[in-house]
Amino acid sequence: MKTIRNSLALAAFSLLLAGTALAQPAAPNTAAAPGTAATAAPADDQLYRAFGEKAGLVALMDDFMVRLLADPRTGPFFRPANQERVKEQLVDQFCALSGGPCVYRGADMKSSHINLDIKKSDFHALVEVLQHSMDARGIPFRKQNEMLALLAPMHRDIITPKDTGTQP
Amino acid sequence: MNKTLATTLLATSAALAPAAAWADTGKLLLTGGVSTIEGAAGGGLTPWAVIGSNATDEETGATAFATHVGTRDYAMNAYGAAVGFRDRFELSVARQDFDTRDTGTALGLPGLHLRQTILGAKARVLGDAVLDSDTLMPQVAVGVQYKSLDSTGLDGTLTALGAKRHGTDVYVSATKLFLRQSLLVNGTLRATRANQNGLLGHGATLGGKEDSYRLQPEFSVAYLVSKNVAVGAEYRFMRDKLTRAGNAAGLGDGLRSGDWKDVFIAWAPTKNVSLTLAYVDLGTIVPATSGNRRQTGYYLSAQVAF
Repeated sequence: MKTIRNSLALAAFSLLLAGTALAQPAAPNTAAAPGTAATAAPADDQLYRAFGEKAGLVALMDDFMVRLLADPRTGPFFRPANQERVKEQLVDQFCALSGGPCVYRGADMKSSHINLDIKKSDFHALVEVLQHSMDARGIPFRKQNEMLALLAPMHRDIITPKDTGTQP
Repeated sequence: MNKTLATTLLATSAALAPAAAWADTGKLLLTGGVSTIEGAAGGGLTPWAVIGSNATDEETGATAFATHVGTRDYAMNAYGAAVGFRDRFELSVARQDFDTRDTGTALGLPGLHLRQTILGAKARVLGDAVLDSDTLMPQVAVGVQYKSLDSTGLDGTLTALGAKRHGTDVYVSATKLFLRQSLLVNGTLRATRANQNGLLGHGATLGGKEDSYRLQPEFSVAYLVSKNVAVGAEYRFMRDKLTRAGNAAGLGDGLRSGDWKDVFIAWAPTKNVSLTLAYVDLGTIVPATSGNRRQTGYYLSAQVAF
């Protein structure tokens, strides 16, 4: 019994340690209400600079849109859209998220996606295409994940909730 | 990987291929884990809260795996498959074949292989390990594993020790990807009666009852080095339940077990294939006949997803 208690104590301790060590930079905005874009912009602009600032983001979105249209999973969502406008808004959004000097003035994530019937698999497909674009732009994997960590919570507003039951 | 394993893997893949179309969508590479030696999706030795396969909310997907473990005095092959439904439920089956080598001979059972079948089920209860990157809420799943050891020449010994050949493990797992740090952390708490993962049966009664359920914690950490390479480590506490029975049988502490651990590197050359190489330390396994040596060695595993 003693061994078990020790291992449990150790277990709890390790989890706590992992939790606190990682939590601080990872969760700047845990209190955000669902339904809002739950993302706090980082305090500095290191991520913005890693993405090549405004010019880098414009080039990234040009590449991203080409790939989104070419991919059979994401193409149908973006072909009917005003692609130039979407690209501009993505640049502003990524810029603001990564600590750059921009303000995102587009529609909020929830109302702009509400009628699109977006499934989780569609969301994953978009992330995958974005990874390809970031690879093509030579953005380091760690920086890509920092950006994805800011974008991923938007799944709550972008993915269409199923009629049956709640989305935990 | 030896030839038999490769053949098994191919055969399994071929058998499953018609059942499910290649899923064209899916999760971020490697964040769905690999196949554990027990069949459930997770690390190599420990189940995670993730649901096996690339299938997401409205899809069904499957995986098949083959694993070889070679330690100083033993070898084990494991193979099996898992099906993931809507990223919510997982059913798995695994077959383990443990070659006792010199220990079998020492017990008067040369060529003894301990074989067991493990049927598993897992349900995701809450959370999304990957997408909920702004909260500390992990993905949580509960699982059950029914383990059944084939009848072998060791049956008499197990009966004498009071170990049953069948048993059930229940576990709860919490998995969190700290996306910003590219770090995945898993904790699992398992209630079990198994001796050496069930390969030496479940519980013991010789020398005093040692057959109630105990809680065993298990941990994994994985760092995503790149989109398709992860490195990490695992620690699986394993309670020593046979020492008392071993003592009573005049073996001293010759049946004691130890915690299992490994360090691994996993590589996904494509979206549907992952290969894992690990250095494992399975503690002592029947040290009476294996010179008290820690069972260190290698672990090689391949997984195909559909």
